[in-house]
Amino acid sequence: MTKRIILGTVAILLVIAAAYAAFFIAPQERTMGLIQRIFYFHAATAWAGEMTFFVCFLANLLYVWKRQPQYDWLGVSSAEVGLACITVVLITGPIWAHPVWGIWWTWDARLTSTFVLWLLYVSYLLLRTLVEEPDRRALLSALFGIFAFLDVPLVFFSIRWWRTQHPQPVIMGGSGSGLDPTMSKVFFFSVLAMHVLAAFLIVERYVLEKMKSELDFLAREVEAQ
Amino acid sequence: MKNLDSVFGAYIVGWGVFFVFYLTIAKRTANLRAELDRLKNSLPRAK
Repeated sequence: MTKRIILGTVAILLVIAAAYAAFFIAPQERTMGLIQRIFYFHAATAWAGEMTFFVCFLANLLYVWKRQPQYDWLGVSSAEVGLACITVVLITGPIWAHPVWGIWWTWDARLTSTFVLWLLYVSYLLLRTLVEEPDRRALLSALFGIFAFLDVPLVFFSIRWWRTQHPQPVIMGGSGSGLDPTMSKVFFFSVLAMHVLAAFLIVERYVLEKMKSELDFLAREVEAQ
Repeated sequence: MKNLDSVFGAYIVGWGVFFVFYLTIAKRTANLRAELDRLKNSLPRAK
């Protein structure tokens, strides 16, 4: 419990510090101006979301291999946190896009693949509500989760493989791309903050899933008596 | 200070999503804990 409180406090402090850095330390971008400061939150949350889905993918693989419920708990926990991250990305993106592009949304490869990613993980969570038997639910959702993760590399590479309305990558984008050194530091600090926040939320959600399992076990014992 | 409202809006809505998500986890955990305690108390009585 104490470790969870410490992790939560660290996550909140880091997120506040990242916002402070985005508003007061990062220099003003020349063409977009103030609105570009959404980048530090939007892109860092997207990275955290994709990492969270990777954790879900690993947990799903491990469940299929070892059939231990802990991996199922980790899978559903990270899927929910990843979905929260991608929801934030899909909200902050259009708020940034509107003043810059003049439109809220366009069906280009990056935006469409991100929206599909969101739909896939909503389906993953819905699927779990449809199957009652715990082992069958865990196996089916693990197999679906492995399939759903295939969209994550597609989202990542979409702006590298196709011409999109969404800007080309400024991080790991090859020659000609890059960020001002201060912007880069603020961005990677924001990435760290969002990853710690995601880790905290996964831990909290995992505890909930573990308690659900204990409750099922106790309910069966009470019924048996 | 053009677009200041949009920048604040994006941050506030984004944090709001995480905050509401955390609240749902905390509420579900509290409900489950209460249910677990109730079941644990009923077990010795059943014996």
